[in-house]
Amino acid sequence: MTMGKTLFEKIWDRHVVTTFADGTALLYIDRHLVHEVTSPQAFEGLRLAGRRVRRPDLTIATMDHNVPTDDRMQIRDPIARTQIEALAHNCAEFGITLYDLASERRGIVHIIGPELGITLPGTTIVCGDSHTSTHGAFGTLAFGIGTSEVEHVLATQCLTQKRPKTFQVSFTGRLGPWVTAKDMVLKLIGTIGTAGGTGFCLEYGGEVVRRLSMEARMTICNMSIEAGARAGMIAPDETTFQYLASGNRPFAPKGEAFERAIAFWRTLPTDPDATFDRAISIEASQIAPQVTWGTNPGMVVDVTGRVPAPDQVPGYSRHDVEQALAYMGLAPGTPITQIPIDTVFIGSCTNARIEDLRAAARLLKGRKVAPRVRVLVVPGSQQVRAQAEAEGLHAIFQAAGAEWRQSGCSMCLGMNPDQLRPGERCASTSNRNFEGRQGKGGRTHLVSPEMAAAAAVTGHFVDIRTWVAT
Amino acid sequence: MTPFANHRGRIATLDRANVDTDQIVPKQFLKSILRTGFGEHLFHDWRYLPDGRPNQDFELNAPRFAGASILVTRNNFGCGSSREHAVWAIQQYGFKAVIAPRQRRGDTVVPAFADIFRTNGIKNGLLPVELEESEVEEIFQMVGRYEELEATVDLDHQRVTLHLPEEISFHFDIEAAVKEHLIHGLDAIALTLKHGATIAAFEARHDPQMSRP
Repeated sequence: MTMGKTLFEKIWDRHVVTTFADGTALLYIDRHLVHEVTSPQAFEGLRLAGRRVRRPDLTIATMDHNVPTDDRMQIRDPIARTQIEALAHNCAEFGITLYDLASERRGIVHIIGPELGITLPGTTIVCGDSHTSTHGAFGTLAFGIGTSEVEHVLATQCLTQKRPKTFQVSFTGRLGPWVTAKDMVLKLIGTIGTAGGTGFCLEYGGEVVRRLSMEARMTICNMSIEAGARAGMIAPDETTFQYLASGNRPFAPKGEAFERAIAFWRTLPTDPDATFDRAISIEASQIAPQVTWGTNPGMVVDVTGRVPAPDQVPGYSRHDVEQALAYMGLAPGTPITQIPIDTVFIGSCTNARIEDLRAAARLLKGRKVAPRVRVLVVPGSQQVRAQAEAEGLHAIFQAAGAEWRQSGCSMCLGMNPDQLRPGERCASTSNRNFEGRQGKGGRTHLVSPEMAAAAAVTGHFVDIRTWVAT
Repeated sequence: MTPFANHRGRIATLDRANVDTDQIVPKQFLKSILRTGFGEHLFHDWRYLPDGRPNQDFELNAPRFAGASILVTRNNFGCGSSREHAVWAIQQYGFKAVIAPRQRRGDTVVPAFADIFRTNGIKNGLLPVELEESEVEEIFQMVGRYEELEATVDLDHQRVTLHLPEEISFHFDIEAAVKEHLIHGLDAIALTLKHGATIAAFEARHDPQMSRP
């Protein structure tokens, strides 16, 4: 009797070029996404070894990490400018398609991949960026790699990989009002820990996931890496096919080819008799809006909760928690809703798609940002920006007192001028609350776009579920 | 890649779990297009005060850890961003190996190192050594007790030896292929390019548009 296969196994098996004696596989890569920060040393390595890019047609580049969001064409930092120019030079030299600063299809690499139709079910995608897991939302095996592996893919279009184990994450029941995909994935990370997925490929499923939009699915898969899993995926379905059929997606198949592709994509979901190495089930109706209190995404609590005491956090030593609380400037026992904030960042590859901006705008419409609170709204791509402007969202943000910016990674990691100052406390829709991530000494609390927008109005965290009613 | 030779050197401890690559090398140093110059920025925000002087409260700045070449730390080291600059910074500071504990939680084992970091390390000849929690705890205790404690990391025999008055050794596991790669300093790309014909044959029957075999 042959066992059924998981979604992951189906994609993996189709991409094995050859298997080595030790069980590792040479895996074929269908799409290689490249950005300015993790690629220059890889291109230099090719040059030094006299190697070429094997498949420039499967390699697509953009500029996102360093890009200023006030005036994207004016990079004042000379070192950042050199890095941007190096990517342009490398793409020209090796014949790679580049969505550069001036392109209206430029944006965060994980936002433009799906927009352009580069991200397709059943394919493999890598990028020198840990949030490559985002693309798994399409039923794609997508994972982040370092610069040595970037060079390896450029030269060979393959990677030698150890097959990860499989981990099924099921969300049962229904989400409560105002509870989002961000809350689902933060709840998961809080439950299994930031290393709970290390060595695994996650597959998210369950009736809640089936009802999620592509944008929401991308938010969940995006943060797989924050649970330690290089890849997380969701089986393709009608929602996926509709997304791929809509909009202007030059890389997606068209017409008859698209119909053939759908027929293939329908074979991808995990077979009923397939088994996983590990599984967890989370009841969605029990998930409250989540707020991180510490310095990694697993240090998270319900908005109705309090900052924990150092000996109260499963999975963390007293020492870990004391260090986190000292950095965050928080006292144990403080209700989450009494934590004041200075800054709100709505953006990043986690939560800067059109649906995220609509959610934030819905709450900011007719309201004002609290005095002394700085609010940055940074769309994930120029396409998202254009769409938001077509819908008038930018006017809502500006009327509320928020700054409406050009697209890029921005304050998620502060490689461009958008940074927190020391001690500044931020409600952020991004993915990492690590020390100094958004600026040295900055204090990050991860939340959904809805929770971030509400915090912008009140100047502190609120339970969005009760606050909206008032 | 430089081969990993068996190494004897001083141990430094960093008593933090979940050390992410943003701490190992902060974002402001990722703008370089070079592979060098990262050692002075290792753990920058912990290591230096705002005025640029060394932060005396940071463990690695302790005089007894000067010149250390073996870093011993806690679980889930290297989590977060895929930046290989983190590995370059660790190596260029002078570390040859990083030792961290796997964690046993119920029937699951949580690896000592984040996946991408571990792979990046191996590609550059930085040896990731995974030990049991009790073993790493013992190293922390011994480093606390014996100033300037040295260890030998012996990849051939997969053994870490603490040079105490009475030596203690710990065995570690590592995949055979990874060991081979590190010992010989293999060029992974050259190895794959040897399979060029197999890759070409795969490409001839594979449609990357829809990924149909």
